[in-house]
Amino acid sequence: MKKPESENLGAHSRRTFLKSLGTVAATAATAQVKTVAAELEKANSEKVLGPGAVPVTLKVNGKPLKLTIEPRVTLLDALRNYSSLTGAKEGCDRATCGACTVLVDDVPIYSCQKLAIEAQNCEITTVEGLADNGNLSPVQRAFFEKDALMCGYCTPGFLMSVTALLKRNPSPNAADVKHACAGNICRCGTHPRILQAALKAAGVATASKTEVVDYV
Amino acid sequence: MSNWPTDNKYISHSTLRIDAPPKLTGSARYSSDIQADGWLYGMIYRSKWPSAKILSVDLSKALQVPGIKAAVVAREGQVNIRYYGEEIAAVAGTSKQACLDALRAIEVKAEVRHEFVVNEDEARKDNAPQVWDGAANVSAPHVHENGSVDTAFPECAAVIEGFYTTPIQIHNPMETHGNTVSWTDDGLTAWSSTQGITSVRDGFAGALQLDHSKVRVITDFMGGGFGAKFGPGAEGVLAAKLSKQAQAPVRLMLTRFDQALAVGNRPSSFQKIKMGALADGTLHAFEGENYGTAGIGAGGDSGGGGGGADIPMPYLYKVSNSRVKQSSVAVNAGSARAFRAPGHPPASFGMESAMDDLAVKLGMDPVEFRLKNDPSPIRQREYKIGMEKFGWKEKYEKPGSSPGVVKTGIGCAGAAWGGSRGDRNTQGEAQINPDGSIEFRLGVQDIGTGTKTIIAVIAAELLGLKPEQITVRVGDTNFPYGPGSGGSTTSPSVSPTVFNICQNALQQLQTQTGLADARGDNWFAACKKLGVSPLVVHGQWQQGLSTDHACGVQFVQVSVDTETGLVTVDKILGVHDCGLILNQNTLESQINGGIIMGMGYALYEERVMDDLSGVLLNPNFETYKLPGIADVPDIEIVLINMPERGVIGIGEPATVSTAGAIANAVANAIGARVSSLPITPAKVLAALGKVPSPSPAST
Repeated sequence: MKKPESENLGAHSRRTFLKSLGTVAATAATAQVKTVAAELEKANSEKVLGPGAVPVTLKVNGKPLKLTIEPRVTLLDALRNYSSLTGAKEGCDRATCGACTVLVDDVPIYSCQKLAIEAQNCEITTVEGLADNGNLSPVQRAFFEKDALMCGYCTPGFLMSVTALLKRNPSPNAADVKHACAGNICRCGTHPRILQAALKAAGVATASKTEVVDYV
Repeated sequence: MSNWPTDNKYISHSTLRIDAPPKLTGSARYSSDIQADGWLYGMIYRSKWPSAKILSVDLSKALQVPGIKAAVVAREGQVNIRYYGEEIAAVAGTSKQACLDALRAIEVKAEVRHEFVVNEDEARKDNAPQVWDGAANVSAPHVHENGSVDTAFPECAAVIEGFYTTPIQIHNPMETHGNTVSWTDDGLTAWSSTQGITSVRDGFAGALQLDHSKVRVITDFMGGGFGAKFGPGAEGVLAAKLSKQAQAPVRLMLTRFDQALAVGNRPSSFQKIKMGALADGTLHAFEGENYGTAGIGAGGDSGGGGGGADIPMPYLYKVSNSRVKQSSVAVNAGSARAFRAPGHPPASFGMESAMDDLAVKLGMDPVEFRLKNDPSPIRQREYKIGMEKFGWKEKYEKPGSSPGVVKTGIGCAGAAWGGSRGDRNTQGEAQINPDGSIEFRLGVQDIGTGTKTIIAVIAAELLGLKPEQITVRVGDTNFPYGPGSGGSTTSPSVSPTVFNICQNALQQLQTQTGLADARGDNWFAACKKLGVSPLVVHGQWQQGLSTDHACGVQFVQVSVDTETGLVTVDKILGVHDCGLILNQNTLESQINGGIIMGMGYALYEERVMDDLSGVLLNPNFETYKLPGIADVPDIEIVLINMPERGVIGIGEPATVSTAGAIANAVANAIGARVSSLPITPAKVLAALGKVPSPSPAST
């Protein structure tokens, strides 16, 4: 799997797509033709990559990751299927669950929606890059201590969303946390603990509301 | 009485989840992360028709796609397709991209049938298309009767009638179903995303005619199951066949789309309830008729129906005169599977809605009405504790009396779960090394519930060690037998087994080393005396340490915007018991999880089928809505500590009553009953008479 074959049947390239679009646009929406023609001209002048495998170099967690992959491979698939960095998870492959969230230049993105080839020259941070020499980051530590995880499959995504939040806003309130995690889904139901953990990582204490009562 | 020690250091306290660090750093290898040497990617080709006869499947062009190493059909010969999304073929190749290309190159010739039915009410009609040849869509009714219903109703002071409906709910675990399978002449190894490594092993062995001893199933980490992941599934068997053909390991995880179509769901319910009480509030007569669908699973071999759409009626309550009639309806859709507390959330929603409706008619407080009729002393106590903590008496007002546009309301509902005292055949072993390290090995699995952590907690308590000194290994059929994780039975299976292993360990250490007590400070000295060889101790489930039947009640406060119909849950209080509290930390997470899943059932979740095309319309997260972090309210938990009962599981009871309690809070807020889940804004506005009622009832 790590050495994809160079032959490829992928029928579409940006060029063919734009060409077909150009034909349709010319008949259906003349106002758009100029823009499309300009785009097409620009595309024709670019060096065409693919559809076969091409060299792609990513910078992940501060280290170079050299791959030979088809241009249509997403950043998520590049990580999960062509490297041992399987921390980012696939939950939907269509930008709805957030399990694949990674940071690209400190911005949390759905890695299933970005082509790996587009992520070159960016600083990519995955969940594997959060701990420092085996020491959990403050966000990871807070998730651990607040039990903000159950099966753990959505956890890498939430960790990245919260980490990005704290980078841009070190003192978030509950509404900020909820907003930052709005693009992440958890099915086990760890949400209250994730909120508490994010606040804890920001230095805000939250008290447990659980009471134990003896029956007899 | 329970034999568990008292005055504990770890049991009943909070220990952090022992397998959290690998999950937090990304080093945990889930089934979908396995990269076996030379592994191939696998994908499934599914039917685009809800009903068809497959005449031929041509895989030759798919096999010519560069990178494709194997292609197989799901079933040989001319086969009948009974639902949109049924498996037809599968491919394996060196990349996902190659597989996508190959799926497009598969050529299927089929006799497409336009006779199909996906709607329960349509399927019940006399002239409905038959889902299974020679079998009626509707099963023969299952009838239970006691007392004399027909004479009892006229004796009642108040009688209500209602039609309460619940949709199909899809499990949607974050990790989809799937496996990495390596099948060679030496045997088959599967890294499965499963709740039951043993049942998956047996499933592979049965489907592929292999000896059980030739199949090994490994589940180090898995991303949720909720009842839908007990067997290898068609996807596992296809991965195995692909592996054999390609002579390479194949990772075949379902797509989110696949997961919605074919690997289980909670059956729907359509509950017609007539119920009456005497003037003092005693329930006196109950008549319930229910039908629902478990998809194609409700028909065929079962003689038309019989598959799992029945629910417990009249649920928690004892009614001296009752008649219950239920049937299952087959439709052309993927079959149901066990789903967290099978039958109970719909039963709780229907019955608890009817309870509130009748309380209103009687002019009684809904909690008082329950206290009058609930036979469980534990729930009685839970209602009283919850009532006080929630401030029920101060908050409760008659339905619809909340002023303004955004109205608040409160509601409650109860839960019961039988569960079991655990699987009596559960076994395990511990290897005690001369250096004092100890490793527990049990053939169970941790599905996110904290099973590994409770093993460490119990062992640490009984051996006088710290939980971090205990290494726990589960999720491998090479370990001694353990049951699947379902029905809230894992804790009562595992805990007595670990207890027994520890007892045996201490006894054998005493025999072998001559030291009277190897616990605590003596541990390392005792282990050192073992010399060079480790001590391996076996243990098994024993009586007197676990029990069954958990209760639970929940109280909910909601706000309902009467202009938009939007329901916001402001507060939930869960009062739950599960006998001896093993680890409060993970227990609270389980209860939160149950409540939040119940919120989804109450307000958001519903599988939508298109009656005309037979296609599932919302097989993804943008149209099948789950609760998000902003939807989740303040959740308070009261744990009833009952160590004298021993260990009881909590997974199911925590999710049962949430939907009923939310529905009752909404009815209390707006003064009208939304009798159909999920409680969408459209249904709220319809109940208020502001928009026409959505119809038919099933959508």
